[in-house]
Amino acid sequence: MEPTTTQRPTYYEELRRKGYSRRDFMKFCTMIAAYMGLEASGTAQVANALMQHPRVPVIWLHFQECTCCSESFIRSSHPMVADIILDKISLDYTETLMAASGHQAEAAMRKTMEEHDGEYVLCVEGSVPVYEDGVYCCIGGRSAIDILEETAAGAKAVIGWGSCACNGCIQAAKPNPTGATPIHQLIKGKPLIKVPGCPPIGEVMAGVLVHLVTFGRIPELDRIGRPKAFYSKRVHDSCYRRPYYDAGLFVESFDDENAQKGYCLYKVGCKGPTTYNACGVTKWNNGTSYPIQSGHGCIGCSEANFWDNGASFYTRIPTFPGFGIESNADTVGKVAAGATAVGLAIHATAATLRGKKKGAQMETEGQANAAELD
Amino acid sequence: MSQRIVVDPITRIEGHLRIEADIQDGKIIDAYSSGTMVRLIERILQGRDPRDAWAFVGRVCGVCTSVHSLASCRTVEDALDIVIPPNAELVRNLMFCTQYMHDHVVHFYHLHALDWVDVVDALNADPKRTSEIAQSISNWPKSSPGYFSDLKKRIKGFVDSGQLGIFTNGYWGHSAYKLPSEVNLIGLAHYLEALEWQKEIVKIHAIFGGKNPHPNYLVGGMACSIGLDDVSAINAERLSYVGDLLHQAKTFIEQVYIPDLLTIASYYPEWTTIGGGLGNFLSYGDLPVNGYRDASAYKFPAGAILNKDLSQVHEVDLRKEDEIKEFVHKSWYEYEGGDGVGLHPWQGETVLKYTGPKPPYENLNFDEKYSYLKTPRWKGHAMEVGPLARMLVGYARGREDFKEVVDRALAALKVPATALFSTLGRTAARGLETQLVKDWALDFYEQLLTNIRNGDTRMANTAKFDPQLWAQYAQGVGHSEAPRGALAHWIVIEDTKIKNYQLVVPTTWNASPRDPQGQRSAYESALVDNTPVADEEQPLELLRTIHSFDPCMACAVHLYDEKGQQVSRVQAL
Repeated sequence: MEPTTTQRPTYYEELRRKGYSRRDFMKFCTMIAAYMGLEASGTAQVANALMQHPRVPVIWLHFQECTCCSESFIRSSHPMVADIILDKISLDYTETLMAASGHQAEAAMRKTMEEHDGEYVLCVEGSVPVYEDGVYCCIGGRSAIDILEETAAGAKAVIGWGSCACNGCIQAAKPNPTGATPIHQLIKGKPLIKVPGCPPIGEVMAGVLVHLVTFGRIPELDRIGRPKAFYSKRVHDSCYRRPYYDAGLFVESFDDENAQKGYCLYKVGCKGPTTYNACGVTKWNNGTSYPIQSGHGCIGCSEANFWDNGASFYTRIPTFPGFGIESNADTVGKVAAGATAVGLAIHATAATLRGKKKGAQMETEGQANAAELD
Repeated sequence: MSQRIVVDPITRIEGHLRIEADIQDGKIIDAYSSGTMVRLIERILQGRDPRDAWAFVGRVCGVCTSVHSLASCRTVEDALDIVIPPNAELVRNLMFCTQYMHDHVVHFYHLHALDWVDVVDALNADPKRTSEIAQSISNWPKSSPGYFSDLKKRIKGFVDSGQLGIFTNGYWGHSAYKLPSEVNLIGLAHYLEALEWQKEIVKIHAIFGGKNPHPNYLVGGMACSIGLDDVSAINAERLSYVGDLLHQAKTFIEQVYIPDLLTIASYYPEWTTIGGGLGNFLSYGDLPVNGYRDASAYKFPAGAILNKDLSQVHEVDLRKEDEIKEFVHKSWYEYEGGDGVGLHPWQGETVLKYTGPKPPYENLNFDEKYSYLKTPRWKGHAMEVGPLARMLVGYARGREDFKEVVDRALAALKVPATALFSTLGRTAARGLETQLVKDWALDFYEQLLTNIRNGDTRMANTAKFDPQLWAQYAQGVGHSEAPRGALAHWIVIEDTKIKNYQLVVPTTWNASPRDPQGQRSAYESALVDNTPVADEEQPLELLRTIHSFDPCMACAVHLYDEKGQQVSRVQAL
């Protein structure tokens, strides 16, 4: 089926075509503005953006991944994914959902790259294996490295979905046998938004896309390239079980009496104190729950190297920022004296130093990228 | 003269699959299935804490999320001789059923339906007539002429925009599409409704496991303690939420999925004679009702069927080293004993040796190795696994519940039992088992409530959670029936760490390359079994047969090693 026109309608035109009134449209804009955390005056800005911008073409690549990010994306409740793909973006290539296969799929991608050069958003799910000339991930006979390089060249912005694209995730865990590499190490000179997590929360993914297509620019990012809106707080700081932590009330082993009372999971290995994510606030699956609420500690899936941090997911973290002023500091002090704890602390310090250096560099890059996008 | 076609990427699947097929006189006469991505998760597991394994292997796949975590917990519990409390078994069963209902509905509508439903032709539908058809096949309330009229308007606007998005370059108008426009419109309506529904059912995973995809599991049981008097635990509100979601799912499956499946199938009777393939079927069984160790009381019985002979079901033993073996004759790995031998997973070797062409490449060479999938065999036989295998094993075992749903569907479609051995049979079996699972889920839910009412609130057995209590050496095997078929993990634990971990997963059985005897596995075998290709430029029929298996390549290819060095080798006791 050939398109009947190359002129892309604006959201406003689409809504009107679907039978919505101007009044409905303004209500929608108010809702989006509120969702994006804007003041009431932001409504006009949203309306303006929605009346001017046509549906943004999106190419969504899949490399070394398990498709949990795509699955999480289709779990989004607001906006719902049907509304996103029918009304907000033009999802021109995604191996998970697209009708066409083989040559026809490749042709769809190529068409978008040619007709919307410099306009499309590139989403990447998965890491890129760089060993052995990239033979560990080939699609259509081409290596992931080649495909990423070519598609990134004409992209307006790049989104890294999930921990695989952002930090390599499981296949990059020691000993990283395929040379699994996060995309920020391979793409230069493009605005890049990292949305880590294994997977990221569906509503967070939708929120990032909505921000991008609504405002035509990337959301404000933190020093390592994550949207501040969703990754500026530790899970620990927004955890509803935090009062138990402060009061020194802990689950000692799974399903004990304290677990049935919903006490803090720190002692059974919760990584909430060192994990930046929106789980405690946005929660999962339209706010149904999040790991800690369902009795298991956070495993830190949005943090780099979370597979390799610590001896086990059930080993308590010996020290973390802000520790020591809490009421149970003495309990933890004993643990911190252990050899493992010292080893981890050294590791953490080294990581922080590296992180700062890298962060400064990325911040500069990020600002340049944002300027370019504007 | 035959003509070689390449379909890569195969889309609407999980992962990276390439099919090359030879077409002659409009039929596939030969076919090759290749997995083109590896991650080597088994290698990464070595040296780690066995209690963490469920989280690692859970990341093998985010589509069949949770199934590897379940199999992994069972594997470690087998090695450490841990019996989990009945409530934990029930919660795991509920999560299992949730996964089935979600996965099968998403497969039918979002991964498979576009092979049968012509989205663009739906624009020719008459909304009034569409409404009449919809109301004649189901009580589902969203069926008014106005509803279909609005939808048609929305889709017309979408198509007129010139940006077809995920529908770009589909095979619209292909001669193999047979549905009336009105049924196409119903299919499209339910594509969108199923997209909305699927995010609801998985909330059961979020309630018990904290999130979906990738909910949390726990060796020894589940982490979601029951605490009726606490807001933080599984209490009356959480349980009611689960019950409500299960009833919603039952309604959706009964009123949308099954009527659509039977209606669409009725327009494609020729597909009951296409794509049958091997005729050998394998199921490990699952859904314990009397504890995981009592395999005789599983809802899904175990067994093997050979040569379509339903009069005999063979017993399968995962521990016997002469039953399941993996070969690397046509796989990019090498064995110390050469390419002719097969190894039981407890003796498994995973040594990668890529010998394929350097990318970019046009064709693979099938005289040599051509896939990252190993080739598993049961007693030397290539076996098909998945919904059809499960339904046939249950049917052949004489289980009344299986017979009832199968016979009813056959009668509705007016086809003989042999129609099951086909592309359409595979697709239908997936729906039929979903019918069973939706009711079983409610049974498990009631049993959980009964246990709690009777005062049993145990959710985890942590007696052996401390590694200091473990033997210096242990090995175990755990199995499950993943939505895509028989799944098993094998572990060896030494000094409280993982010494070896091997997975043999459903798509490895189905999508693997040939064995040393030249026997095809299920995909290749089904493709050469009467699958037509009317237009070589638009291999729609090939996709139908492949999609009927619901490929999951990330699961199938999880192995690896670096530069030819041996990364895992286990000696059996």
